[in-house]
Amino acid sequence: MSLKPSTLSQADTIIAQYPQKRSATMPLLHLVQEDRGYITQDDMAWVAEKVGVTPIQVLEVVTFYPMFRQQAIGRRHVKVCRTLSCALRGSYALMESLEKSLNCPRGETSADGNFTLEFVECIADCGCGPVVQVDHALHENIAPEKAAEFADQIKNSLKDSNYGKNKPQPGTPEWNG
Amino acid sequence: MSAVERPLIYANLRKPGYSIDLDCYLKHGGYEALKKAVAMKPDEVCKEVEISGLRGRGGAGFPTGMKWKFLDRKSGKPCYLVVNADESEPGTFKDRQIIYKDPHQMLEGIAITAWAIQAKQTFIYIRGEFQHGAKILENAIAEAKAKGFLGNNILGSGYSCDVVVHRGGGCYVCGEETGLIESLEGKRGYPRIKPPYFPAVLGVYNCPTIVNNAETLAQVKHVLTFGGAEFAKIGVPGDSGTHIWGVSGLVKRPGLYEIEAGKATFGQLLYDFCGGPLDGRKFKAIIPGGSSTKILKFGERFKGKLPNGQEFDWALEDIPLDSNSIAACGTGLGTGGTIVIDDSVEMIQALSNLNAFYAHETCGQCTPCREGSLWLSRVSKRITTGGGLESDVPLLLDIANQVAGRTICAHGEAVAWPVQSAVPKFKDEYLDSIKRRQKGESVSTLKLI
Repeated sequence: MSLKPSTLSQADTIIAQYPQKRSATMPLLHLVQEDRGYITQDDMAWVAEKVGVTPIQVLEVVTFYPMFRQQAIGRRHVKVCRTLSCALRGSYALMESLEKSLNCPRGETSADGNFTLEFVECIADCGCGPVVQVDHALHENIAPEKAAEFADQIKNSLKDSNYGKNKPQPGTPEWNG
Repeated sequence: MSAVERPLIYANLRKPGYSIDLDCYLKHGGYEALKKAVAMKPDEVCKEVEISGLRGRGGAGFPTGMKWKFLDRKSGKPCYLVVNADESEPGTFKDRQIIYKDPHQMLEGIAITAWAIQAKQTFIYIRGEFQHGAKILENAIAEAKAKGFLGNNILGSGYSCDVVVHRGGGCYVCGEETGLIESLEGKRGYPRIKPPYFPAVLGVYNCPTIVNNAETLAQVKHVLTFGGAEFAKIGVPGDSGTHIWGVSGLVKRPGLYEIEAGKATFGQLLYDFCGGPLDGRKFKAIIPGGSSTKILKFGERFKGKLPNGQEFDWALEDIPLDSNSIAACGTGLGTGGTIVIDDSVEMIQALSNLNAFYAHETCGQCTPCREGSLWLSRVSKRITTGGGLESDVPLLLDIANQVAGRTICAHGEAVAWPVQSAVPKFKDEYLDSIKRRQKGESVSTLKLI
């Protein structure tokens, strides 16, 4: 298993919030994915047992929702919004630049394992397009001209030992994520 | 006369220094409307919402008070309140502001609504991508519980209602209320068939359930603050309160504008508030209320009769921003998420972009939608990559016509409407796009697919 003790202990609290245990399926899957980075067959069996369903009923859920994944991804997960509002503001040109700067084709993980670059559908921040979600943070108004600078920012974050640990401040990408 | 904003929902969150914590909310009159509500009988609260004329803000615009009336009270089963905060309709970004900047406003609306319908428990279904938003809500709920605004024995009334934040998994169809309920039960978000699964009768755990949009619940707070009759005076008859217009795409000042219903026009929204088109460009079309509403073309004339019998003859710029006027022009106010397209855009690419969205988001349950959305996406993309035939234009329409009205949920209409509305209006341009590519001529440099 090798899930963290804190993950295991949170599970029962989550389940107790619902009148029926099965409702905790997605919250538990989010919990596992935040712990391990992805969801394994063993994890699904664990969730199934916790919520009282069969493992295949958990697999059905994992394969339905785009946010759940069964494979490890790069150290930074870069999700560029592709849908119309962002596209009108240049998200396709942005994607092409990021592919070059991060040396990573869309839909894949870079050879060095540092980046996973994806197009995603609308993330509900259409007035500030193009928007890019990098892990826990949402970056707004990333026009194609800013792509190289933005890619550098992502690369530099690899060296930041406090990455993802700071308390989000209002108005920042971390807050909006 | 120039139009002005009338912020109701966004009034506080726009103030400098306004923060999400409970103290700040209380300093701005927070939870006073809840106190008013719990001093009334639940039925009286429902009555206030009914006479307010408030319509749901999730896209369909159904009268909120009437929805609450449908709740099955005879079954003896507990009832639930579910908040739809799965904001996913392309072009829509209004609920995000409430969640990230003023969560207590929504929570107060939730507490009032839960009291009114006597909900046993409330679930806030928030889209999975709103990770920090979910945390903000959880903290706000804990604050509100500690002060007795939520949780056990709300304001000493003897009524208790717990609120649970439930994160989705990035799936558009879970914004459809029955798909959302399935998802909340820990399953794939396959929408349920109505009848018999009307949420007000057979909702979550097959118990009577009210599903309301996040902003609708924030509006409920204001209904109680003003009182139903006073609230009904905001806006126009048949559409009360304010609408938050989220303008995106190709305008000078995209953003969110809160306007009293019917008190401005699309022209004023796009020119006065949003500053008009980008330099050197001309507006070409808008998708007025989220990507699933029917497209409007600049230069069109809209003629007909309003529900009150008044005849109209409008240009796009003249259409008043209320649901009846917009519906009379053959489209919908939807979520108020207006996507603006200008003359730099090749329309077939815009359509192809949306077709790809719906093909990605179909749940796959109903054959017409699963197959139709995919074929629409493939045919429109084929045109953009140079393999299009002139017969593809009527083909797009033919496919769309076979999807709408033949599916369990409204995703079928959402797939079909962009095509059904755009093909008649932009047919010549589509044919031109096909021919230009056949001849190897240049096309728009703005890539949308």
